[in-house]
Amino acid sequence: MLCRKLLSRTGSLKCVRNAAHFTYQPQTPPAHLGETNKLNMFQSINNALDIALAGDDSAVVFGEDVAFGGVFRCSLGLQEKYGANRVFNTPLTEQGIIGFGIGAAAAGSTAIAEIQFADYIFPGFDQLVNEAAKFRYRSGNEYNCGRLTVRAPWGAVGHGALYHSQCPEAYFAHCPGLKVVVPRGPIQAKGLLLSCIRDENPCIFFEPKILYRLAAEEVPTGTYTIPLSQAEIVRQGTDITMIGWGTVVHVLLEVAAMAQEQLGVSCEVIDLQTIVPYDAQTIEASVKKTGKAMVVHEAPLTQGFGAEIAARLQEKCFLHLEAPVQRVAGWDTPFPYIYEPFYLPDKWRCLDTVKKLMDYM
Amino acid sequence: MFRPAARLLGSCTRQISTKVTRTSERADHPGSSTVFTDDLVFINPREELPVPTYRVTDRSGNVKGKAKLPDIPDDKLVEMYRKMALLSKMDKILLQSQRQGRISFYMTCSGEEAAVVGSAAALEMVDTVFTQYREVGVYLWRGFTLDNVMNQCFATHKDNTKGRQMPIHYSAKHLNIQTVSSTLATQVPNAVGYAYSNRISGRDAVSVAFFGEGAASEGDVHAAMNMAATLSCPTLFICRNNGYAISTSTKDQYVGDGIVVRAVGYGIRCIRIDGNDVFAVYAGVKAARALALEHSCPVLIELMTYRVGHHSTSDDSTAYRSIDEVNYWDREDSPVGRLAQHLITKGLWSTDLEESYAKECRKEIMTSFARAESERSPNPLWVFDDVYDSLSDHLVEQRREMREHLEKYGENYSLDKYMPVE
Repeated sequence: MLCRKLLSRTGSLKCVRNAAHFTYQPQTPPAHLGETNKLNMFQSINNALDIALAGDDSAVVFGEDVAFGGVFRCSLGLQEKYGANRVFNTPLTEQGIIGFGIGAAAAGSTAIAEIQFADYIFPGFDQLVNEAAKFRYRSGNEYNCGRLTVRAPWGAVGHGALYHSQCPEAYFAHCPGLKVVVPRGPIQAKGLLLSCIRDENPCIFFEPKILYRLAAEEVPTGTYTIPLSQAEIVRQGTDITMIGWGTVVHVLLEVAAMAQEQLGVSCEVIDLQTIVPYDAQTIEASVKKTGKAMVVHEAPLTQGFGAEIAARLQEKCFLHLEAPVQRVAGWDTPFPYIYEPFYLPDKWRCLDTVKKLMDYM
Repeated sequence: MFRPAARLLGSCTRQISTKVTRTSERADHPGSSTVFTDDLVFINPREELPVPTYRVTDRSGNVKGKAKLPDIPDDKLVEMYRKMALLSKMDKILLQSQRQGRISFYMTCSGEEAAVVGSAAALEMVDTVFTQYREVGVYLWRGFTLDNVMNQCFATHKDNTKGRQMPIHYSAKHLNIQTVSSTLATQVPNAVGYAYSNRISGRDAVSVAFFGEGAASEGDVHAAMNMAATLSCPTLFICRNNGYAISTSTKDQYVGDGIVVRAVGYGIRCIRIDGNDVFAVYAGVKAARALALEHSCPVLIELMTYRVGHHSTSDDSTAYRSIDEVNYWDREDSPVGRLAQHLITKGLWSTDLEESYAKECRKEIMTSFARAESERSPNPLWVFDDVYDSLSDHLVEQRREMREHLEKYGENYSLDKYMPVE
C-alpha cells in the first residue's frame, strides 16, 4: 500500500514511498463486545468521534480542515451529520485551536481538537503546558478543562521526514496534569479515544498515521472504552519483556515471533497504551518475571520516554534484573528522509537487542 | 469561484486611504471582493489619523461636549467609587506589606481603577471574565472579599486556591472569574472558546478577556481575535493600554496606532476609550456587550490609561521613567479623583465621607490582613491533589514518600506554620 512501484527499463522495482518497516498484526476483538465491522484506523477513529458527538450534545470537533473530513479522513461525514456548529474548521493556528479548546472545555463543552500533525503541536505547547495542564491545580479544583482532548497524527509513515513523522510524547510526559495516550490499532484507537474524551483531565491522543489505512481489523461496532493508565500484555512470554507503544508494538510482535522461531526465546510484548500516567505495576511485574527488559520507541533515544521506563525498572526491579535495561530508539537526529530505514528501531535492531540481552552474562 | 461580497466591507462607504483611487471594475478573488485600482500606491498607515478616544467627562469630572452620562443609578455610582477607592487603599497597604517582607510579592492597579471597576460594573454576573493580573478591581466589584484577597496573598489554608500560586493569582468560580495565570495572553483564546460554547449552547452571556498592550504583542491575541471573528464568538477583548510593559514603553511595543486598529484587520468592531473616565468605560463596555450579543461577534475595546505604580514589587520604575511623569498622571488624571470630584459636585459624596470612608477601609483592610497573616498554610500533602481529578498511582506513591520523609525530617520544615500533615 505504501510502495508505489516504478518499473525501470530492466524491470526492477523502485519504491518511491518506503514500504512499511513492519507487518501489521490484526488484533482479535474481545468476544464480549459483540458484533464487529472490519474497519481501518481512520474509520475506527471516525466511529469513535461519531459516537461521542451522538451521545453528548456538548461535544464539538474542530481543527484545520476537519469540515470536509480531515486530511486523514478521520472526520468524514461528521459535519453533514452534526452541523457546522459542532464540527467546524478553524483558522490555521495551533495555539489558537488549543487555547480555544481549553476555553470551550472550561465552559462545559466536550472539546475535541485536531492538530493536523503532531509535528505542528508546538505552537500550542504553551497552552497545553501552562494552561491545560495546570488549569485544575492552580484553581484549587474550582475549575478544570478535563473535557479537552487533543488528537494528532503521529509517528513514522515511510516518507514523512522531519516534519511529518515526529513522536513528541516525551515532551508532554514531563508535564504533570496532562494524559498522553497512543493506540496500536483500530480496536484500541476507538476504545482509548472514547476513554480520553470521557476522562476528566486534558488528554493528548497521538494516532500512528501509518496505521490509518494499513491497519484493518474487526472492530466492535458498539460503544466501548479501554481504560487509561493500563498497559496490555499483547503476547505472553517468559524470557524478555518488550515494552513499546503505537506502531512499534507490531515490530515487537514480529521480533517476538522471530526470537521464538530462531532463538527459542520467549518474549512478552507489552503495549503501554497510556504514556502518562503509565501502568508501572504491569511492566514491573513482567520484568520481575523475565529479568530482562527492552523499551523501544521511534522518538530519539536521549530523553525519550524509554529513559523514564528504564530508570523506573532499574529502580524497582534491580535485584531481578539479569541484564541492564535496553533501549532501542531512533537515533539522536531529526527524523530523516532518505535515511528512514536506518533511523527507525526496526526488527533487526530489536532482534539484535534480544540476542544482546540473552547473551549478557 | 467568486466569494460573495465580503461581510465587513460590502456596504462600506469610506475607504482606508483616499490616495488609492478606485475604478468601477470588480476584482473578485477567493480571498477578497473589491474593485481594481490603476494606481501603484501603498497604503501608509502613518498618514492615517489615529483613532480618536471616546470620553464623557474631563479630568475634573465634568461632562464634555455632546457626550452623555450613561444611565447609572446613584447608589451604583457611589458603590463604584467606593470599590475604586478601596482598591486604591488595599493596593497601597499590600504593597507596603511586601516591602516589609510580610507577603512575597504584589502588583498594584494604581491609576487603572476606573478601567477595571468601570468595566466590571458594565458587565453582568453571567459574563465569564478572564483576567491578566492587574484586574482585582473586577473581583472586588463582583464581591471578592478582603479575606479572599488576603488568604490568597498569604497562601493560607483558607485560600480557595489552596495556596497553589503566588500572590495576586486569584480565582473566583462563585463570581464567574477564571483563575489568573502568569503567562501573558494565554487567557485570550481561552475566552474565545468559552464564548463559542456559550453561543452554541444558547447562553445569553459574553466572555471577557482583559490584557495589557504589551501582552497584545503575543501570538495568542492574534490567534484569539482571528478565531473569534471567524467563529462568531461573543467575546469582549478589553485591552488596558497603560503605557508600559514593565520597562518597555509603547514606543518599543508597537509602531501602529495602538491596539484598537488591529481589530480592523480581523474584521472586528472596535473602540478606543479614555480608561480613566469611568463613565466612558462603563458606557463603552455596556454598549460593546450589547453589540456582541446582538451580532454574535467579538468587540475590541482599548482603554487608554497610565500605570502609576511599578510593574510589580520586583520592579523599580524610577530606573526607566521620571518621577515627574508618574506624578503628572497621578495628580492630573487620577481616575479615583475624577469620579470623586464628579460625585462631590453632584452632592453624592463629600470630604467628610471621604475621611470616614478612608478610615473604614483602612480598618477593614488591616483587620483582614492580620487575620490572614496569623492563619496557617495548607496541609503540605495537598501538594499532590488536583494535578488530575484523582490521584494517579505514581502520585499516591510520591505522597507516601513525602509523608515518610516528613516523619523522619519534619523538624527541618517549620511544620508548625502548616495545617497538620494528614
